[in-house]
Amino acid sequence: MDFGQFIIMRQELLLIIAAVVILIAEIATSDEKKGSIIPFSLGLFVLVTAVGFIPGQEGTLFGGAYQSTQLTMFMKNVLNLAVLIVFFQAESWLKKPENLDKISEYFILTISTLIGMNFMVSAGDFLTFYLGLETATIPIAGLAAFDKYKSQSAEAGIKLILSSALSSGILLFGLSMIYGATGSIYFADVAAKIAPTPLIALGFIFFVAGMGFKISLVPFHFWTADVYEGAPINVTSYLSVVSKGAAAFIFTIVLFTVFKSIVALWQPLIYTIAVATMTLANLFALRQNNIKRFLAFSSIAQAGFILLGILGAGDLGMTAVVYFVLVYVFTNLGAFGVVSAIYDASGVETISGYNGLYKTNPNLSLVMTLSLFSLAGIPPVAGFFGKFFLFTSAAGAGYYILVLIAVLNATISLYYYLKVVKAMFIDQNDQPIPTFRSSMAMRIALVVCAVGVFFVGFASGIFEYIRSISQLFLN
Amino acid sequence: MIQGIPIEHFLVVSTIMFFIGVCGFIIRRNLITMLMAVELILNSVNINFVVFNRYLYPDQLQGHFFSLFIVGIAAAEASVAIALIINIYRKLKNIDVENVNELKF
Repeated sequence: MDFGQFIIMRQELLLIIAAVVILIAEIATSDEKKGSIIPFSLGLFVLVTAVGFIPGQEGTLFGGAYQSTQLTMFMKNVLNLAVLIVFFQAESWLKKPENLDKISEYFILTISTLIGMNFMVSAGDFLTFYLGLETATIPIAGLAAFDKYKSQSAEAGIKLILSSALSSGILLFGLSMIYGATGSIYFADVAAKIAPTPLIALGFIFFVAGMGFKISLVPFHFWTADVYEGAPINVTSYLSVVSKGAAAFIFTIVLFTVFKSIVALWQPLIYTIAVATMTLANLFALRQNNIKRFLAFSSIAQAGFILLGILGAGDLGMTAVVYFVLVYVFTNLGAFGVVSAIYDASGVETISGYNGLYKTNPNLSLVMTLSLFSLAGIPPVAGFFGKFFLFTSAAGAGYYILVLIAVLNATISLYYYLKVVKAMFIDQNDQPIPTFRSSMAMRIALVVCAVGVFFVGFASGIFEYIRSISQLFLN
Repeated sequence: MIQGIPIEHFLVVSTIMFFIGVCGFIIRRNLITMLMAVELILNSVNINFVVFNRYLYPDQLQGHFFSLFIVGIAAAEASVAIALIINIYRKLKNIDVENVNELKF
């Protein structure tokens, strides 16, 4: 056996090594010096992310159960980058005295979920896909219950694990039917044998329902707002960006490769879910006052927009989805970073508490405004281009009415995003959040997000690159 | 092939089990019972995989292997869920869903 071929899965191997090294570092440091694990882990993860960008080898392993292509490597790099930003934002939160004895747990649990997501994105059969999905989900329940002395956090953890267990059960029931109809669990074999028979249609609906829980699409979104509100902010940002991004990636890959030949069967289904997700999430977001709940419903609405890209089946749709997730990483992490910085400094997490923020903390208000504009899709920031390509892809497949509904929804969403901006810039407050200076790591993360929001929209090279690797992947 | 038992019987049993699990998850108010309902769902999937493998594709093993992995993952999932339930019990002295309702729409 040639061990040299394992270089194909180097990104996963690097992450596994990183997790083990942090575990050893935890054992090797004395109790007084536990705080030094934070800079050590951050440095280690910067290294892992940087190595990921070195061009790697394509290929398959384990008889086709694991596949690595340019596109999956790029997706993994996007996820790594997002986790790196989350780690930088979590630094000041982890330094608090109540978290001092669980610093390494945070890093190890997060990296293990990332390993699961990487395997999921690279899956070549449904077994690897399922194992990656579960590896990505189970540790997150531990992360959501990280503040274990807060009952809200414990509640978020139990809600997450029970709903994700139910959703993977539903997903597996669908997979078992697809296995029964096609006789294989390998993506390539299933794709060759798939036909619009009743059994496959039923299995496919269960599959979409299970994935809908993971990406939190309406009507499977009930856990999202509760978990997002109860979990610590840094875990919430991880859930809403990395976890959702990875699930969107694999959902797109499976729909475009495995279920390609029954596209007429799944397009009406995705169409309905997209309309329901965008509209209902927007209506719910209108009435939120807690900023975490507000961002939760906003992220559900964004998932609805991702479905538009999926509907435009083909390389443009794939490109639009990957590009949108890349933009979404910078945008949403910028917003969550500001929320997290404010919560760390003052404990405020309501929208009305943000009144008058611009007078005391102008820089944070500007980053928040930029992120919210990008979420709403106002040109010239990157969020506009992300949405633009998603709409182009759906319009290219002939879904003009859906694009119209989506544009209307984007307009409605502008109302509630601007409500936050109004609170920060216009509303008066007798006791605004006092001026504070966040930690170095947080400022680096916010600057990266702000630069990303500007830069990714204008750098057409990124879009062209994703387009070329998507074409390679799909043909 | 098991003598005299057609494949439909197995599939009916597994489907009934699946929907008992889904109903139990929605109706029951006790966290442990909800976990048991999820286990029912996963076991119904196991029956499906093994039966499809045994009856339709007896010359391969993919379905058997899939069900083995499901058993393993279900154990991991149950252990994490029970740890979280114990954490909640220590706080509330109760594990009914009605009490786990600080977060609402």
